[in-house]
Amino acid sequence: MSKIEIRNIYKIFGNHPDQVLPMVKEGANKELVMEETGHTVGLDNVSISVKEGEIFVCMGLSGSGKSTLIRHINRLIDPTAGQVTVDGVDVLSLDDKEILDFRKKTMSMVFQRFGLFPHKTVIENVAYGLEIQEVPEAQRKEIAQGQIDSVGLQGFENQYPAQLSGGMQQRVGLARALATDPQILLMDEAFSALDPLIRSDMQNQLVDLQSKLKKTIVFITHDLDESLKLGDHIGILNGGRLVQVGRPEDIIMNPADDYVRAFVKDVNRSKVLRAKTVMTKIDKFDASTINASSTYKYDEDTFIEDLVPKVLKDRSTIEVIDKTGNTTGYISSDELSVALTKTT
Amino acid sequence: MIWLLITSFNASRFRPDSAMELLTDPSWLYNWPRWLDIPLMKWINDWFKVFNQEYGIYFEAVNNFLLGAILSLKHFLMMMPWPLVIALVVAIVFFSSGRKLGTTVFVGICTFFIGFLHPRFWDKAIETTSIMIIGILFCIFIGIPLGIAMSRSVRVRNATLPVLDLMQTIPSFCYLIPGIMLFGLGAVPAIIATVIYAVPPLVRLTDLGIRLVDTEVIEAAEAFGASKKQKLLGVQLPLALPNIMQGINQTTMMALAMVVIASMIGTRGLGDEVLLGLQQLNVGKATEAGLAIVLLAIVLDRITQAYGQKVQDRKKPPEK
Repeated sequence: MSKIEIRNIYKIFGNHPDQVLPMVKEGANKELVMEETGHTVGLDNVSISVKEGEIFVCMGLSGSGKSTLIRHINRLIDPTAGQVTVDGVDVLSLDDKEILDFRKKTMSMVFQRFGLFPHKTVIENVAYGLEIQEVPEAQRKEIAQGQIDSVGLQGFENQYPAQLSGGMQQRVGLARALATDPQILLMDEAFSALDPLIRSDMQNQLVDLQSKLKKTIVFITHDLDESLKLGDHIGILNGGRLVQVGRPEDIIMNPADDYVRAFVKDVNRSKVLRAKTVMTKIDKFDASTINASSTYKYDEDTFIEDLVPKVLKDRSTIEVIDKTGNTTGYISSDELSVALTKTT
Repeated sequence: MIWLLITSFNASRFRPDSAMELLTDPSWLYNWPRWLDIPLMKWINDWFKVFNQEYGIYFEAVNNFLLGAILSLKHFLMMMPWPLVIALVVAIVFFSSGRKLGTTVFVGICTFFIGFLHPRFWDKAIETTSIMIIGILFCIFIGIPLGIAMSRSVRVRNATLPVLDLMQTIPSFCYLIPGIMLFGLGAVPAIIATVIYAVPPLVRLTDLGIRLVDTEVIEAAEAFGASKKQKLLGVQLPLALPNIMQGINQTTMMALAMVVIASMIGTRGLGDEVLLGLQQLNVGKATEAGLAIVLLAIVLDRITQAYGQKVQDRKKPPEK
C-alpha cells in the first residue's frame, strides 16, 4: 500500500487561481497561461504514489515545481485542485489544529539552506520538534543528544549554527528531522548547497541511515546522479508536469521524452545499471560461447561498473544469479557494449 | 464626496442665497469661492469640546496615573546619591553590551559630564529621563504588538501605514495643544506627544524585522507543526530582535527630541534650560544645556544599541 498518494494536483499561483484552473485543465501550457492571465502554473495534473519505506526522488530543474510539490505533502502549500493522502488520511480535509498535529507526528522536513534557527544552539535546534510537542526538557535533551551522536556531531552541541560548516549544518538539519521519529522525511534539495565531496558523504550517510530506519523519504533534487544514487523510484518534473516516473534503470534505458533524454545523456551508466537489467536471460543466451574457465558468478543487483573490469580483462562471461543462487542470465562483452552505449 | 460638498455648502456662512446665482454670476470660477470649504475646523472644535466635557474625568484619571508614575520614578532617581546613579548606568551598560570595556567607560564619562556641565542639569536630566522612560514604555507596549499585527496581516498594514505617516509628519504642536487642553500643562501631554511622535519607527521596524526573518526558517518551524504563537515567540520575535532593538533605539532618540520640544508647553527638564537660555539670549547657557541633551542622548543610545548588538553577535560566524 502506498504511504503517500498525490492525485491530480494542480497548483496555480496568482490572484484568481480558480478562474484559471479550467484553462490549465484543458491543457494550456505554462507560458500560455502566464501570457494570457498573468498566473503561474506551479503544478499541472501531477500524480505520484510513494510506497512505505522507499526513497522517492523528485527531480527537475529550478521552476519545474518540485519544491512546490513537496510542500503539498505537509500542506505548507494548499493545492488549487487535487487530493493528497498520507497513510489513508486526506490531508486537505484537516482543520488548522489537526494539520499542526499531523505535521508534528507524521513527518519532518530538511531544507536546502538548512533552515536552522540561528538563535538556538545545535542541541536546541535538534530538539526543536520535541519542544513544539512539549516534551519535557530533560527527555528532549536526551533524544537530541542521541541524534547528534548518530550524525557524528558530538562536541558541537552548544555551538550556534553559524559556527559550523555547511555539511555540519545540514547534519544538524537531518538530526533535527529525525529527532521526532517521523515516519516520513521530506528533503527539499537537502544536499544541493553542499560541495561535491561533502554531498557524496551525506548521500552515503543517508543511505546508511535509511537501511537502518526504513523511513519513507521524498527527496527533491536537480541532480540526476544524486537521484539515481538514492532513489528507489524517480519522478521527473518539467514545467509543472510529471514527465516520467520509474526505477532508475527505466529512466536511463527508456527516457520518456527529449527532456529526460537530455538529462540522462551524460550519466555514468555503469554506476546505475544493475546486472539483472542488462543481462541476457538464460533461455535466450547461446550457451556454447561460455568459456567455463573464466566465468564469474555475480548477484543480480550488482552494478555493472564492478563487472566491466572482469569482462574486459580476460573476455570472461558473468553468470548472474538471483538471491537463492539460481542462474538467471549471462553478461558478456556484447551485453555490456549495448548497455553502455548512449541512446541518442 | 458629493455628500461632503453639499454639507459644506449648506454649512457655509458665505453661500449664495440660492444656487441659481452660481449660474448667472460666474465670478466664483476665477477665485476660489469662500463657500467651497469643508468645515473641518468647526467639526473638530465642536467634537473636541463635547469630548472634553464628557470624558474629561477619564483623562484626569489617566493624567493622575501617569503623573504618579513619573513622579515616583523621578523621586526615586533623585533620592539616590548621584555617584550611585552613575554607577548604576555604568553597570547597566557593562552587562547589556556584553562586558565591552570601551563603551562602558565612555558612557560613564558622558553621564558624569551631564552634571559636570552645570550642577542644575543633573536633576533636570533625571526629570527628562523619567518622562522618557515612561514614554518609551508606552511606545513599547503599543508599538511592538502593532508591528506584529502589521507583519501578520496585509490589511492591518494597509490601514496602519497612513496613520504612521500622519503621526510622523503632522507638526507636533497640532497634538501638543489639544494635549494641554485634555491633560493640562506639564509632563503628561509631553508623554502623549512623545508616544505619538516616537512610536512609528518602532512599529515599522518591528513589522520589517518580522517580515525579514528567513522564509526557510519560518517554513522549518511550520513543518514541525509550530502553532502561530510558538512560531512568534520562539522564532520570529527572537530573530527580529536586532531590528526591534534598533526600533527602540530610534524611538528613544525621537522621544528625547520631543521632550525638548515639549518644554515649550511647560514640561520641566533639560529642554526648558535650552528654552530659558534662548529667551534670555544667553547663547552660552543654551549651548551648555544643548550639550547636556546630546550627552543624555549618547548615554541612552549606547545602552539601547549595546543590547541589540549583543543579540546580533550570536548570528555571526566566529571571529578568526
